[in-house]
Amino acid sequence: MQVRRRVLPGFGLTMGITVLYLSLIVLIPLATLPARTLTMSWAAFRDTVADPRVVASYRLSLGASLAAAAVNAVFGSVVAWVLARYSFPGRRVVDALIDLPFALPTAVAGIVLTTLYAPTGWLGAPLAKYGITVAFTPLGVTVALIFIGMPFVVRTLQPVIEDLDPEVEEAATSLGASRKEVLLRVVLPNLLPAWLTGFALAFARALGEYGSVVFISGNMPMRTEISPLLIVTKLEQYDYAGATAIAVVMLTLSFGLLLCINGLQAWARRRVAP
Amino acid sequence: MGLFLVVPLVAVFAEALSKGFDAYQSAIVDPDAFAALRLTLLAAAIAVPLNLVFGLAAGWTLGKFQFRGRQLLITLIDLPFAVSPVIAGLVFVLLFGRQGWLGPWAIDHGFEVVFAVPGIILATTFVSFPFVAREVIPIMEAIGTEEEEAARVLGAGGLQLFLRITLPNIKWAVLYGVILANARAMGEFGAVSVVSGHIRGVTNTLPLHVEILYNEYNAQAAFAVASLLACLAIVTLILKAVIETRVQGVATVVEESAVEVMPWESKSAV
Repeated sequence: MQVRRRVLPGFGLTMGITVLYLSLIVLIPLATLPARTLTMSWAAFRDTVADPRVVASYRLSLGASLAAAAVNAVFGSVVAWVLARYSFPGRRVVDALIDLPFALPTAVAGIVLTTLYAPTGWLGAPLAKYGITVAFTPLGVTVALIFIGMPFVVRTLQPVIEDLDPEVEEAATSLGASRKEVLLRVVLPNLLPAWLTGFALAFARALGEYGSVVFISGNMPMRTEISPLLIVTKLEQYDYAGATAIAVVMLTLSFGLLLCINGLQAWARRRVAP
Repeated sequence: MGLFLVVPLVAVFAEALSKGFDAYQSAIVDPDAFAALRLTLLAAAIAVPLNLVFGLAAGWTLGKFQFRGRQLLITLIDLPFAVSPVIAGLVFVLLFGRQGWLGPWAIDHGFEVVFAVPGIILATTFVSFPFVAREVIPIMEAIGTEEEEAARVLGAGGLQLFLRITLPNIKWAVLYGVILANARAMGEFGAVSVVSGHIRGVTNTLPLHVEILYNEYNAQAAFAVASLLACLAIVTLILKAVIETRVQGVATVVEESAVEVMPWESKSAV
């Protein structure tokens, strides 16, 4: 296992601490989930995870998360581009504010978004005139998920755009490429891995999000219940087996996404350092 | 797009002060709110140092050494990011709850975890777990091992080496990680909500207290307490911005020195 003799001390000690602590806090607790499911019969498991109310929650969770990640992928790349390429007064303030959804506790984000987008709220009232209700609808869930997913796309794209040399684009333009061609053939191929990573990160975060969504969604069965909420509902009814079954489905999804993200990041590294 | 972010922040304070300053003050000095604040601080005061020690250990192992399974270990450290906070809470209920594996034993020995303070601390530790490690591993890796090796050759002991050479190099990254971990620890809602049982004055953290007030249609008080958490967020952002400039300073130094050692460094790394 040892490739070359280690000069630095402390490998064994720090490795021990790392693995022990990781096991105690993360691995062993998470392992209880699949282990608990094994004690359920297959039929009971299937009945729980394929229950129409649960299926409706997957559909909302996946749909709203995808929509939110897509919106963030578009607007987030615009914001990242502006922040990376242009300097303007207040740039540093805007730059710091991008992380607000990350720093603001989700419960606070939840109640403030609900108040803002309620039919009587600052933003909800003007929208209600056009017949758009945001709070307590799937749209509200999506809005909350857009808010919390914002930083992910911006933060993954920003450093990559900063590393892009504007001279390459200028060279393409001087060789006769149109603005659209430069964007499609020069800029986008370079940004693609980071862009997909940001999208996947925002999607993964949205999928598991709970705090900011429970307030604005209204939690109506079949309509605005997200999967994490159903886990909590089942727990409150002391249906531990049911909660575990849904959690295993979600954990599998998140784990798949994590693998995708790691793959994307490895791809991005290979692209950056050929 | 900036508006999309700023309006909610302004609205928190506007709603909090909507009934005047006296109502704001009374919501904050309320004994339940005070107990919630104390529990939030306690949970963060235990979770963050634990994760700091872990982050430093992980940074040393994963940043300074190459070994098989290293990438897998890094992925596992990221796991708490990918897991829904609700699931994080659920696993501790499954472990330590009355029907859990360790629950009956722990309860027999007079040690309640779920619906009690230890559960909240565990859940907080779980969700703030990766932050320090994530910041420290890449910077340790980027700085490399030459300085430490030189110190070692000159006769420095392990601890001396770490305190005098490594720590000064990584201190901003560590602080950055600690601030992020702290923000997450103090603001966590989902995971803590599942294990807390919402016992007022006992197992309520600030975010949970916000929820209770809000669900009691006491929106003004909820926003008053929420404004405390919003202040925490603002302080976090400011500190983050300040430290970022420092970290970038370190990063450019690293890049410059990396250029010099590139030719043989890249060969030995592969």
